[in-house]
Amino acid sequence: MDIHVISYLVLSTVMLFAGVYGFFTRRNLLATLISVELMLNATNIKFAGFNRYLFPGVLEGHFFSLFGIAISAAETAVAIAIMINVYRNVRNIQTDDISDLKG
Amino acid sequence: MEITLQEVVFGIIALMMAVCSVLAVTSGKILRAATALLFVLFGTSVLYFMLGYTYLGAVQLSVYAGGIVVLYVFSILLTRSDKNMNERIPRGRWFAAAVTVLVGFVLTLFLLFTNGFALNSIPALQELDPETVGKALIGMGKYQFVLPFEVVSVLLLACMIGAIMIARKR
Repeated sequence: MDIHVISYLVLSTVMLFAGVYGFFTRRNLLATLISVELMLNATNIKFAGFNRYLFPGVLEGHFFSLFGIAISAAETAVAIAIMINVYRNVRNIQTDDISDLKG
Repeated sequence: MEITLQEVVFGIIALMMAVCSVLAVTSGKILRAATALLFVLFGTSVLYFMLGYTYLGAVQLSVYAGGIVVLYVFSILLTRSDKNMNERIPRGRWFAAAVTVLVGFVLTLFLLFTNGFALNSIPALQELDPETVGKALIGMGKYQFVLPFEVVSVLLLACMIGAIMIARKR
């Protein structure tokens, strides 16, 4: 008796919508980025689970998760560099205070 | 129907991940949120191990849990954002967010449970050996991934240069 694929999907759905909620309600840029990481992680679990349970012969989902991890690492590095630069200029990384580009 | 060890482990990990992902978006202190994110990432790598994707689980552990969370903690301390985050959200905005999340969640669960694919038979799970992963990652044939591999390499180089250019002192 193994774990049904629906358990993986429900778990990753919980994670995905926790991330969506955090993305809507957080004010700190780093906290927003943490929510984005949660969403990316949830989609990676879904890819791996679908690949393993529905198409066990191929490896597409596995490699999609792998490249997703690499790309989200790159995205995090650039985003944190931008945030540190914003902190140097504004002395704050709350989303309400960063309005210079609004015009 | 007896409960197997695998189901017990999955239940514990799933509970921990659900609780920690909710904590990561509701906690008032950002360092606690980052710690909760760390536990979610650990749990994800355990899920990959349970699926038989040991290579993916190892990458998840080393890149996400080892690298990204350290980056988060350093930048939290560098930007001094570890003070209280319990700012008041306007009621209308909170309401809109909660409604969006609830509707999306229920809709997704409805689609998952009414779709036929989830009732398919479950294959026997065995470990994916590293040789298959390596050959698929470097091979040039159909269902092999050397082109995305190279593209990701160039992307990582570009993002490294970009991060250094953005964050350096002038």
